[in-house]
Amino acid sequence: MSTTLERPAATPAFQQVSLRRKVKNGVATVLVWLSFLIAVVPLVWVLYTVVVNGVKRIPYSNWWSEDFGSVLPDEVGGGVLHAVIGTLLQGLVCAVIAVPVGMLVAIYLVEYGRGKLAKATTFMVDILSGVPSIVAALFIYALWITTLGLPRSGFAVSLALVLLMIPVVVRSSEEMLRIVPDDLREASYALGVPKWKTIMKIVLPTALSGIIGGIMMALARVMGETAPLLVLVGYSAYVNWNIFDGEQAALPLVMNNERATNSMDPGSVGFDRIWGAALTLVLIIAVINLLATVFSRLVAPKKK
Amino acid sequence: MSEPPWTRTPTGDTGGRSSSAQAFPEDPISDNPASPAPSVPPESTKPKKVRAGDRIFQNLTTGAGIAIVALIGLIGLFLVIQAIPALQSDKVNFLFNHGWSTNDPDNMAFGIADLAEVTVATSVVALIIAMPISLGIALFLTQYAPAKLARPFAYIVDLLAAVPSIIFGLWGILVFAPAIEPFSQWVNDTFSWFPLFAPGNVQPNVRGTIFTAGIVLAVMILPIITSLSREVFERTPTAHIEGALALGATRWEVIRTTVLPFGKAGYVGASMLGLGRALGETIALAVILLIPQGRNFDWSVFDGGATFASKIAANYSEFNNPTSAGAYIAAGLVLFVLTFLVNFAARAIIAKKGD
Repeated sequence: MSTTLERPAATPAFQQVSLRRKVKNGVATVLVWLSFLIAVVPLVWVLYTVVVNGVKRIPYSNWWSEDFGSVLPDEVGGGVLHAVIGTLLQGLVCAVIAVPVGMLVAIYLVEYGRGKLAKATTFMVDILSGVPSIVAALFIYALWITTLGLPRSGFAVSLALVLLMIPVVVRSSEEMLRIVPDDLREASYALGVPKWKTIMKIVLPTALSGIIGGIMMALARVMGETAPLLVLVGYSAYVNWNIFDGEQAALPLVMNNERATNSMDPGSVGFDRIWGAALTLVLIIAVINLLATVFSRLVAPKKK
Repeated sequence: MSEPPWTRTPTGDTGGRSSSAQAFPEDPISDNPASPAPSVPPESTKPKKVRAGDRIFQNLTTGAGIAIVALIGLIGLFLVIQAIPALQSDKVNFLFNHGWSTNDPDNMAFGIADLAEVTVATSVVALIIAMPISLGIALFLTQYAPAKLARPFAYIVDLLAAVPSIIFGLWGILVFAPAIEPFSQWVNDTFSWFPLFAPGNVQPNVRGTIFTAGIVLAVMILPIITSLSREVFERTPTAHIEGALALGATRWEVIRTTVLPFGKAGYVGASMLGLGRALGETIALAVILLIPQGRNFDWSVFDGGATFASKIAANYSEFNNPTSAGAYIAAGLVLFVLTFLVNFAARAIIAKKGD
């Protein structure tokens, strides 16, 4: 029965797809696949470079427990403890400031924001996310160091990182708050719960899993920033726990310092240090992202 | 369609529904006043009173919103204040001079022309490479990739954005540049008659050039352009796609007639966001670009040089003197205004599409 339908007496309405169209379609398919592969190449290449060159020093315990203060620039040994401490401290202080502010802004935009101010805030968050890190660093320099006359320090770096972290926190939190169903809010209002308590006890816990994920991603992003470090803090080869005073290293700063002062020939001490620090930074970022996933799972609302 | 009254949304204005509910006169219990009746009067007696907790919380969040708006203004303000003294002691035209000499605070002569040209050149090279590729990736992820793999593939592309830029820079100059050196050298030798590919000002080095920097920068802005374009392409109305398919269009024709026209504005906006990122990229370019001795940038991709951002990053040691620092802050101010305008335009294009 179907065969008779497929062979009509009249000229078929649907012509065969012409060769030209077929070729065009084929070329487009190939190009589109190719562009994806092109994007994967540098990612794999970069990660391969970091892992292969960086793995030489990472396994030794002194890499994690010593600094470069007691070794010569061309001497094998020492470690990046000073830089790991700096990176984590600066990141932590940055998060302590940026997360509450970012979440308040997100809550404002989702729960309260109406009219011109909300529009302006959304717009400014967009602009802030486009501010180059070096401009954020210069702003903190102009404010903290020139105007207030305070010394360069890890804390100044944290402040610059806050500017870079806030828009990311706002955007991800906002997205998560918006997908909290209105039914939950209204059920809470119906029980006579005030709005602020509804937000704190109902909306935030529901969205928390996604928000934590976004915060961790933002934190990982700002920890890799280099420009604010250059402008706002000096490099120190020694461990410095005081974020408010003195020079403080960070992993990107170690890389930049070795690049500027040491040999970069393959196999040299400087080369190993650069890639060792790079791998350490990538590992820290990976661990933070992993923690983000675990935390998100832990606090995710239970589904039945 | 005798919908039971309890399907009303809790927020919904019950006024509209009550008339339909009156169609069932022998069902007064489910009608309006039924269950809310006991609770409504006490509420309506004191509806205007705002609780202290609510007021505090609202003020707190609104304050945070205002702070963000003020922050952008403050950034501009502080940069301007710090830049003015340096600009006043500038001996040459700030916008059109090619030199940069700020070592002597009493005798500064600096202009941003060279920085602006190098910034534009690297960004344009990066855009020329990144725009078609990210268009391809966005189409791949939304139209071609198997549905199950689309998300992991998108995640892979997003991973590119998670790599710190100093690692891209070091990879660019230590690994990538040597690897493509034969190619760069060949292009440089073969097309040297064409001004764009003329022998650069860092000869015989063809590694630390705008060519290398532009390619690395392209990789760095790929994920930005891709993720936004992808979002827009995903929203192509299914009816359009199915309509094209019903007319016998091939897959490419479907894309050309429905996805691309629909997503064009979003793609352009996304590319401009990528441009904004490229203009402000700092350390990767500071690591890759060689600083030429003597000769200025002359519109060859095999030139070295410094962009706004990489100039500031490379000379942080001069910041000990406030007047000299002011010169760099002035350059930073120009960069801020530039990225502000580009981002503004990008968001305007995207927002227009959204309406």
